Amino acid sequence: MATAAATIAPPPAPAVQRVHHWQERVAQGLLVACCAALALFLFAPLFMILVKSVQDKDGAFVGLLQFRQYFETAALRQSILNTLGISFAVTAITVPLAFTYAYALTRSCMPGRPWFRVIALTPILAPSLMAAISFIQWFGTQGLLKGLLGGASIYGPLGIILSSIYATFPHALMIVLTALLLSDGRLYEAAESLRTPTWRKFFTITLPGAKFGLVSAAMVVFSYTVSDFGIPKVIGGNFNVLAVDIFKQVIGQQNFNKGAVVSLILLAPVFVAFIVDWIMQGRLQSQFSARAVPYSPRPKRWFDMTMLAFCTIVALFMLAVLGMAVYTSFIKLWPYDKSFSLRHYQFGLIDAGVISSFFNSIRMAAMTALFGTMFIFGCAYLLEKTSGMKGVRALIRLLAAIPMGVPGMVLGLGYILFFNHPDNPLNGLYHTMAILVLATVTHYYTSSHLTAVTALKALDNEFEAVSASLKVPFYKTFFRVTVPVCLPAILDIGRYLFVNAMVTISAVVFLYAPQTQLASVAILNLDDAGEIGAAAAMATLIVAASSLVCIVYAAVTRLLLTRTQAWRKPSAAG
Amino acid sequence: MTASTYLRLEGIHKRFGKFEALKSIALDVTRDELMVFLGPSGCGKTTLLRIIAGLETQDAGMIVQDGRNISALPAIDRDYGIVFQSYALFPNLTIADNVAYGLVNRRAGRAVIKSRVHELLALVGLPEAGPKYPSQLSGGQQQRIALARALAPAPGLLLLDEPLSALDALERVRLRGEIRALQQRLGVTTIMVTHDQEEALSMADRIVVMNAGRIEQVGTPREIYEVPATPFAADFVGKVNVLPAIAEADGTCRVGGTVLAIDRRGLPSGTALKLYLRPEDISLSVNGAADSNTVPAKVSKIEFLGAFCMVGVHLDAPGAPPLVVNMPRHTVTAARLCPGAAVSVCLPAASLRILG
Repeated sequence: MATAAATIAPPPAPAVQRVHHWQERVAQGLLVACCAALALFLFAPLFMILVKSVQDKDGAFVGLLQFRQYFETAALRQSILNTLGISFAVTAITVPLAFTYAYALTRSCMPGRPWFRVIALTPILAPSLMAAISFIQWFGTQGLLKGLLGGASIYGPLGIILSSIYATFPHALMIVLTALLLSDGRLYEAAESLRTPTWRKFFTITLPGAKFGLVSAAMVVFSYTVSDFGIPKVIGGNFNVLAVDIFKQVIGQQNFNKGAVVSLILLAPVFVAFIVDWIMQGRLQSQFSARAVPYSPRPKRWFDMTMLAFCTIVALFMLAVLGMAVYTSFIKLWPYDKSFSLRHYQFGLIDAGVISSFFNSIRMAAMTALFGTMFIFGCAYLLEKTSGMKGVRALIRLLAAIPMGVPGMVLGLGYILFFNHPDNPLNGLYHTMAILVLATVTHYYTSSHLTAVTALKALDNEFEAVSASLKVPFYKTFFRVTVPVCLPAILDIGRYLFVNAMVTISAVVFLYAPQTQLASVAILNLDDAGEIGAAAAMATLIVAASSLVCIVYAAVTRLLLTRTQAWRKPSAAG
Repeated sequence: MTASTYLRLEGIHKRFGKFEALKSIALDVTRDELMVFLGPSGCGKTTLLRIIAGLETQDAGMIVQDGRNISALPAIDRDYGIVFQSYALFPNLTIADNVAYGLVNRRAGRAVIKSRVHELLALVGLPEAGPKYPSQLSGGQQQRIALARALAPAPGLLLLDEPLSALDALERVRLRGEIRALQQRLGVTTIMVTHDQEEALSMADRIVVMNAGRIEQVGTPREIYEVPATPFAADFVGKVNVLPAIAEADGTCRVGGTVLAIDRRGLPSGTALKLYLRPEDISLSVNGAADSNTVPAKVSKIEFLGAFCMVGVHLDAPGAPPLVVNMPRHTVTAARLCPGAAVSVCLPAASLRILG
């Protein structure tokens, strides 16, 4: 018998200094590069805002003087109240609507559920300004349904709230839908066996199950409304909000320091909402067991019909907004000559030379999708699947989470301050297409990063260990196994970046040059010039391009899944 | 280090934050043997395996494989094949490509690779599986492929990390026989990690019983079972009755109200002892023969387990703990045992182990 005698008296063994293979060094070098890129294109610009906010125009330190000046100006103070008031109102209306809609989609047997889902998601395809333009057409000075407002004006809080509800609805819907879909059907079966009445099931199972999803949706809607610049710019009239204030300070008065101050005030509520959301997301994920059984509803005539009626009203509202923009683009002159015409496209866009901004947008979106996806997925891979450098990893995780809590205006202003600085060796980037791509990738980093991380976490953790034992370099396994298996997620990231790059305005409004003007900015300028028809035409083009990309994405994904179903289908046995 | 030692571990120490996962582990693995690391979850057995593989780095200690100090080498520079509980087959590659994964990189010719893949698939009993994908195979089949993939480059050391734990009971028994046969045929030095004592006893040349980051005992399956070195080893491998006792006159001790003979001399009278006794080492008889170490008792319950029955008995000696006795079904039937029956229980002195 050989008891391990040596365990009794531990010999003082020297600490082990691990030898690093060159491949590990390459992976770690790339990881550091990713971290540096995030620091350069995310952290540094935001830090510049902080610096500028405590400096005067000449760069002298003035402490909180500018904040004090800001709060002493009644009109600016009013902006804070306006912004928060609008955002609370939009949140209070959108979230219950989205919850009821999602409830109808998941818990009723009403007909046409897939269609209702698609219709409710269409606002994502359009820049937020489009909603504002549509509402002006419906309820504006010459609006079709102006009478319905009973003398109230659409230009102001009412218009902002209505347009924001339209724009934020799909974002809230997706989150609540996920929360409702993930709930465990067995809970309902257990409740049924205990003869629980329907209302009690709703309050004891459904609502608690969706609780975190609802809070998360509320935070997203709130942040979106606080940050959005397009809607109040177009339909806000004299009603001031923070996002427009930044624009006025920076573009109107060229006062970057004041802009920085307003940015930080705008950042505060969004960042609070972001932290709350982050905590809720964590709870949301831990709430569901892997063994949950999906709930399948049974037909209930009265309930199904009520839900159908509700969803029809909401869907009609959605279609009315989108439809009005498209309609406006195809008629001669609202409301005097409603005959069909392509003049807004022909004269308003092509002959006026504005059409180039549409192609700029396509180029920008394509580059954002291509380079953004490569960087985001590559960085997430290095983060999840390589080893060593714990500190750098923690830093990347933190940096990757930040963009979701930073309004586009704030990021854009940070970019001007940082990259337009004469001492910055990178100031050649300013006014190029590259800076638009960089800002957009950074702005939409968090969601894409989370998609990539989720897909990578679903892979067996030992692939890299197996590769090392077989002496296969990590990058070979990355290209041969990781990328093919994660391809659906990679395409999803690409589509997400493309569509958002097509519609974004807040992140890029400070950064474009005349030759790199984007379609969403063109809408803003056309609207400013009173060219509503041409603005609607441009919005229609964006919706068309985004839809096309989504359809292509759906087709490619379906083809891919069919082709690879031999190995993607769940394990046959064991 | 003897010539037959293939892998030597010295003073391996590993700490995760405040948790000491491994405390000064020293171990020699003999060439061509199958050694099993056995212990409860959290005992450090998997950590030790991952350190041998270079997937974790020990804080201190030396690892020598086949005369080469590999303590500080990265995984990719070590010589081993590994099989995980999750199979970790590449889902998008065919079975043939999975098995060839480590061969392609070694710049072997295409024909050589193809014949080697064939050879290995035949070896694990799945010669036709080549063009299929992993998801089209059962768990047991996937694990065979994972084994073939690990063995393809002919590594000097095979590491198996709970390879059978994800399989159902029948497949588990079948595959453990196959792995053992294959290992003996190829003569590859193998380390397997498991928490399943039956698996360890049936497959291992030697077992390392681990607990809380330490080695409790190293020995052949028989040694571990028959001569456990520590209370933990006795309790973790197989079932055991524990009787608290106090040493009395030389060669005896007191359990409750009874005095039993023991195989140990020279214990000072009054020492508190613990006696360990396997359930199958106890014999029951109905007509109480007055042998030494025979105690009158009552049957408290009989649990039918198929070929065997677990008979619970209460010794008549006051203060003695209840005992469990393993008896063949036929013996139970022949003796007409039933709960409440008065019996004599024989606790052979040679089987009473004194530990701790």
